[in-house]
Amino acid sequence: MKIDVKHIAKLANLSVKEDDISRFEKQLSDIVGYIDKLNELDTKDTPPTPQVTGLINVFRPDETAPSLTQEESLSNAKKKHNGLFVVEQILEEK
Amino acid sequence: MNYTTIIGLEIHVELNTNTKMFCRCSANHFGAEPNTNTCPVCLGLPGALPVTNKKAIENCIKIAQALNCSINTDSWFERKNYFYPDLPKGFQTSQYLNPFGFKGYLDIKVKDETKRIGITRVHMEEDTGKNTHTTVDGEKVSLLDFNRSGVPLVEIVTEPDIHSGEEAKAFLTELQKIVRYLGVSDADMEKGNMRLEPNISLQKEGEKGLPPYKVEVKNINSFRFVDKAIQFEEKRQAELLNNGEIPAQETRGWNENKNETVSQRSKEEAHDYRYFPEPDIPPIHFTDSEINELQSQVPELPIAKTDRYVNEYALPYYDAEILTREKSLADYFEDAVQDGKKHDVTPKQIANYIINKKVDSEKTVPAELVTMIKQASQKVTVDSSTLTPIIEKVLSENPKVVEDYKGGKVQVIGFLIGQTKKQLPEADAGQIKSTIESLLK
Amino acid sequence: MNIQQLTIESILEGYRNKDFSVTDVTKMYLDRIKQYDATLHTFNTVTEEHALHDAKRLDQMLTNGDISLPLFGIPLAHKDIFVTKGIRTTASSNVLDDYIPQYDGTVVSRLKNAGTVLLGKLNCDAWAHGSSGENSDFGPAKNPWNTEYIPGGSSSGSAASVAAGLTPVSSGTDTGGSIRLPASFTNTVGLKPTYGLVSRYGVMAMASSLDSIGHFTKTVTDSALLLNVTAGPDGFDSTLRQEKENDYLENMKKGIKGIKLGIPKEYVSEGMEKEVKQKFEEAVKKFEKLGAEIVEVSLPHTDYGIAVYYIIQPSEVSSNLARYDGIRFGNPRSSFGDEAKRRIMLGTFTLSSGYYDAYYKKAMQVRTLIIKDYTNTFEKVDALIAPVSPTLPWKFGAKVDNPLAMYLSDALTVTINIAGIPSLSVPAGFSSNPKLPIGIQIMGPHFSEKKLFQIGYAFEQETNYYMEVPEL
Repeated sequence: MKIDVKHIAKLANLSVKEDDISRFEKQLSDIVGYIDKLNELDTKDTPPTPQVTGLINVFRPDETAPSLTQEESLSNAKKKHNGLFVVEQILEEK
Repeated sequence: MNYTTIIGLEIHVELNTNTKMFCRCSANHFGAEPNTNTCPVCLGLPGALPVTNKKAIENCIKIAQALNCSINTDSWFERKNYFYPDLPKGFQTSQYLNPFGFKGYLDIKVKDETKRIGITRVHMEEDTGKNTHTTVDGEKVSLLDFNRSGVPLVEIVTEPDIHSGEEAKAFLTELQKIVRYLGVSDADMEKGNMRLEPNISLQKEGEKGLPPYKVEVKNINSFRFVDKAIQFEEKRQAELLNNGEIPAQETRGWNENKNETVSQRSKEEAHDYRYFPEPDIPPIHFTDSEINELQSQVPELPIAKTDRYVNEYALPYYDAEILTREKSLADYFEDAVQDGKKHDVTPKQIANYIINKKVDSEKTVPAELVTMIKQASQKVTVDSSTLTPIIEKVLSENPKVVEDYKGGKVQVIGFLIGQTKKQLPEADAGQIKSTIESLLK
Repeated sequence: MNIQQLTIESILEGYRNKDFSVTDVTKMYLDRIKQYDATLHTFNTVTEEHALHDAKRLDQMLTNGDISLPLFGIPLAHKDIFVTKGIRTTASSNVLDDYIPQYDGTVVSRLKNAGTVLLGKLNCDAWAHGSSGENSDFGPAKNPWNTEYIPGGSSSGSAASVAAGLTPVSSGTDTGGSIRLPASFTNTVGLKPTYGLVSRYGVMAMASSLDSIGHFTKTVTDSALLLNVTAGPDGFDSTLRQEKENDYLENMKKGIKGIKLGIPKEYVSEGMEKEVKQKFEEAVKKFEKLGAEIVEVSLPHTDYGIAVYYIIQPSEVSSNLARYDGIRFGNPRSSFGDEAKRRIMLGTFTLSSGYYDAYYKKAMQVRTLIIKDYTNTFEKVDALIAPVSPTLPWKFGAKVDNPLAMYLSDALTVTINIAGIPSLSVPAGFSSNPKLPIGIQIMGPHFSEKKLFQIGYAFEQETNYYMEVPEL
């Protein structure tokens, strides 16, 4: 199976250099070829297991706890302005 | 060419819980200094994990119940994966396959007709941070505040059963009332704790099935603008269709200054959110008795209450609707009605009084209100055998005033009425006036 | 006293006997790090000032005769994906080379409060993606037994530092074998606890439904002592069991007479390297000598483990690494290394529209079958024993050009993570030329750590492999 690396990289917000595309394509295709092995198994009536714990209804009461200070919140930002994080403006709306 | 407007609404209601959806930061972010209500969880820091706010889920279910939805007793969260600067985890924890509520409805009244709007789903999710576009030091930037990130949001999606801006407004007004009755949100569009996006398309006359496109409109922050935006779209889309074109399936933004919708740069491809079950949050299961308990916490809702006032208290629909706009006023009215029973004051009298006079329900308790009404109505007709002698006495004591009245200064009758009332406070001013007039003819 | 053989027990004994102070012990380790880590490269960050400050504070308590804290004065180091407040935490990635966390995770906090002294942050495969340590953006850690060989990964620095006596204990994570593999390659004890026993809060998420938070020690006893501190609910991780065990050392020295040990036949195949097979067979004989009953069992879906793992794990990785966008912390996503990019893309693909059912959903279904294999087996036996790796540690560079070949080295470890069961890797001997460690793993039902310690302790005391130390 051929993986569309350009499309996948875009979805994943990753930049992949032109030179690397065919290398990743081969590696990913090899891996996907291997994982296709699962098709050997008939799982028509098998329920999926998203969670091994068997837990349900894990909740907490609606009580506040202290937040980080503004300084702590911003402490690792490369760019900040008046207590806000700064990022280059994206022209597309979400 | 005649078209039917097909509108589906997507509404987001911000809950007024104390804490955020998955962390214990305060959910009350209005007016707070930026980035002061954040923690590793809602800031999306490395290593952070979610813990679910039970109250938020209960409130979501109550909204679903108020909208007559079926409730999924087995439910879970999913990750909705996409990239945007105001989404700190790079995914939103939301619901996809099994929303808490589904297949409901809301009846609305438009022009004296009742219409049923289908509710497709009601689900629980979390809010994103706030993104403001501006220029700093000559550079175009976006400024991010994560105080709002993680605040509980309930998403409500309607069936495409709405066919005009007016219907949309009626629906939204009713929904807002319901949410406020439940006490789970201020649902204030100006404050941003109720947001909406209409999806609009036009169906050709005789065409069966939904149109082959729909236009989503964002950035609408009042009911008035919903109507305007819908009307603008109806015009714009009709023009395109009349020209034989199909309007593009896209997202447009409402520009309130220009009173028009503007195309936002369309994405090259539709979003692939890659939903998968949220591994960090175990599934949720509600028992029937828990669901019933939540249902019992849903109060009588505006529509039912209005109808009851019409039937039980013989109020006109118009008056009943005013009294039920806010639950606190309706409760006040009914407390007064209860008290009024002991004093022979009717619901209609109370309704009239509340509606016509500006009653401050905070200052005047229901019992006081009843007393006020009783006093005002106790200005009943006094027997003329009692009234006439007193008026005659007043007239004889004030000859100059009588002379002025007869001379044309008719306004002096007020003085005579006042003097009479001093001796007969319960007498009706109108009755006194007509008696004086006839005596002085 | 040979510092390379110090354990929690012997250090605590030393404090009780006033043989040395906390500062003495701390300085000893810091000196060893200075001496050997330029070659071994197990630390990303050494927190000398911090450590000496902690030591001083603890020495005050020592003077007052208060050494009641469960891990009083025990130096330790954390895999560099455990966030430590105020101390650089990098995930061994260029994306986070300057990240200073604003909070301590649960395990970090509990170990701190238990009296430990933080020596620093340990090298690993970047983002815990790897089986050899070679994916570290800062250069790989080396195997102290022979520096031409990999120490195993992804907790490479954690294993190598304990093996080399640069720290008596270290933390690690195991998502597909990342504690057990390096433990077995370095002659250390590596515990992968049950999923849901130890809080993941404060550990950078790799695969949320597979990550298990564990540790490396020289002995089984030390491993149990650490688990007493780290295990249990914390209110910040929704996937934790609410019940708490009282003492993991309970019954540890009981012996294993009559215990039924299963050997999954799919784990001992002809494809294994000769010496690994040999050492495993010797181990089986030792267990028999100790009184255990050996039973052959089958885990029929073993062969599908890698495929299931390399769908579920990258899918969850692709989502968990989405928060690294350079805005609130860290560097832009262009700083991700190749392996991270590969896994993110693979996971994005397996979750994408049109492929979700065939891959992620399918993997979750086969997961059900794998869990059933273990459930069925544990009805017949108390625990399972198996090799950890089908091969000996390999030389640096041997598998870097073939990601799939690298993935296949996880064949014997991944189904344990898929099922969420616990596994303890213990030393089981050495290959002859070169001398490289070989380990075995002891697996049990969910929350059976006490039993694993009991079995591991008996084997350890019978074989004494833990007493051997590498020449540095």
